[in-house]
Amino acid sequence: MSNTRQLDDTIMVEMRGVNKWYGQFHVLKDVNLEVRKGERIVICGPSGSGKSTTIRCINRLEEHQKGDIVVADTVLNNDLKNIETIRREVGMVFQHFNLFPHLTVLENCALAPIWVRKTPRAEAEEIAMKYLRRVRIEEQALKYPGQLSGGQQQRVAIARSLCMNPQVMLFDEPTSALDPEMIKEVLDVMIELAEEGMTMLCVTHEMGFAKTVADRVIFMDKGQIIEENVPDAFFNNPQSERTQAFLSQILNH
Amino acid sequence: MSDLSKVRHEMLPDLPPPENTTGPIGWMRRHLFSSVTNTVLTLFTLYILYILLVPTIDWAFLKADWFGETRDACTSGGACWVFVTTRFSQFLYGFYPEDLTWRIDLAFILLAVQLAWLMIPKLPYKGIVSVLVLFVYPIVAFYLLYGGSFGLDVVETHKWGGLSLTLVLAVIGIVAALPFGVLLALGRRSEMPIVKSFCVVYIELWRGVPLITVLFMASVMLPLFVPAEVTFDKLLRALIGIVMFQSAYMAEVVRGGLQAIPKGQYEAAQALGLNYWKMMGLVVLPQALKLMIPGIVNTFIALFKDTSLVLIIGLFDLLAIVQAGLTDPKWLGYSVEGYAFVAFMFWIFCFGMSKYSQHLERHFHTGHGSR
Repeated sequence: MSNTRQLDDTIMVEMRGVNKWYGQFHVLKDVNLEVRKGERIVICGPSGSGKSTTIRCINRLEEHQKGDIVVADTVLNNDLKNIETIRREVGMVFQHFNLFPHLTVLENCALAPIWVRKTPRAEAEEIAMKYLRRVRIEEQALKYPGQLSGGQQQRVAIARSLCMNPQVMLFDEPTSALDPEMIKEVLDVMIELAEEGMTMLCVTHEMGFAKTVADRVIFMDKGQIIEENVPDAFFNNPQSERTQAFLSQILNH
Repeated sequence: MSDLSKVRHEMLPDLPPPENTTGPIGWMRRHLFSSVTNTVLTLFTLYILYILLVPTIDWAFLKADWFGETRDACTSGGACWVFVTTRFSQFLYGFYPEDLTWRIDLAFILLAVQLAWLMIPKLPYKGIVSVLVLFVYPIVAFYLLYGGSFGLDVVETHKWGGLSLTLVLAVIGIVAALPFGVLLALGRRSEMPIVKSFCVVYIELWRGVPLITVLFMASVMLPLFVPAEVTFDKLLRALIGIVMFQSAYMAEVVRGGLQAIPKGQYEAAQALGLNYWKMMGLVVLPQALKLMIPGIVNTFIALFKDTSLVLIIGLFDLLAIVQAGLTDPKWLGYSVEGYAFVAFMFWIFCFGMSKYSQHLERHFHTGHGSR
């Protein structure tokens, strides 16, 4: 995959001067980020660097106190209508999958189309099956999440998000809670998704994934964006000392 | 190096477990006779059971007198169930006019049929039956029990009594306390300060007073505060007191269940675009209610038994009416039979609820963990 693809000029996610505090603790400091349609961004950094918080601000799982966030032309403010509009257009995959354990895999996937998009049940289940097939797990549709392996659960979680037909997908360390032999099946699904042109923001430590898939890699530390670049330059010629130290720690082991 | 190398080329087959570790004999060996001390304890317990149970069964069943008109029928020296059987209809219906008791029967048969329909997993149309039982049935039951329309004579509530009154109090208390409890619990966890403080004050206030106080307030003090022309039915006042009291308890049970739901469940629901009520109704409460079944049923059982406290404000529930029967000079001295009967009736209903809750817990079990 080429790293210098021609991208659409449409801005899908825009963060301008975003600041966030937990009480007195300043967790995000002046974060500026523009994501174009179809762009694939990998955010990395040490734990506590604010990378998860950054993407969680995009769909208001965390509230920012200063700055502007615009997602798919909707301004993210305290208006519940806007928040719900944005959440409909933004899919999210979590580290711990967060499937609904009381519902079957199929019901997990069909829930939001039925109740948020008002899709008729039969049609919603068809959509659900379509995406379950795409993540190669359709034969588990009638099982409960507790009966699946971690990798399978994460693929269901991806399918569940896709059922809402989102314009942007957020991945919050999607492979960190998985056993090593299951990481690949999830990354494969994410790579396919990228090839289909999905706009993606991934917080991950999978540097192989970043090298092959990302259009841009962003390195965060202490709540700030330290460095961002195309993967080639980012990995081969990092400019900041912090980036160099981080990369040497995660790549040389 | 080669000394440390070990390789298995053939896999071991599955073998059956050793004999005497399975089946009833294996179970008894492991649990009852595993050591000398255990064997002695087992035999001692069997002996105690023997000396306790045999006379009880003898008294309650073998030597008991069941039917008759007066206490003279009790001749065999065992339990005199004649006291219960001759007054059985009064114990069931209180002072409800005898020719109208079919209305009570019909009301409870209707309820039983609908509940059975909901409880038997295979039957269809559960949704319609739930709507019937929650919205249509209460109106039907009101006219059947109280009357006043459809050509049914009014039966004032002071004539109600016995087991039917106990059940009316318990069923209405249970059905009303759960939704109020859920709302109060959600309110207490709300981020809106006014809603939250209202719920906290309500819960702490009602939980902090004994039910007896609530009932006294409802029956004695409330009339002092409202104009003399306004009269509330005494039963209605007691019911409102019970519901308000129990919903405060229920709220805390529900809150406990809500706290056990991981934050990730809320986040996943929000990220999918579900609003607050859909998130609660579709994702959080179904899981929380499953966890809360033991606590909810515990509260239901306590509520069921607490209904007997209405006797102190002059309502004749099952316990009160049996007690009243015991003061009849013709039946003095049969209080053991009377109270045993009351205890048995309460136990039947409470045990039934307990069993059903265990069934529900198994039914809702969908594999491990909630993530």
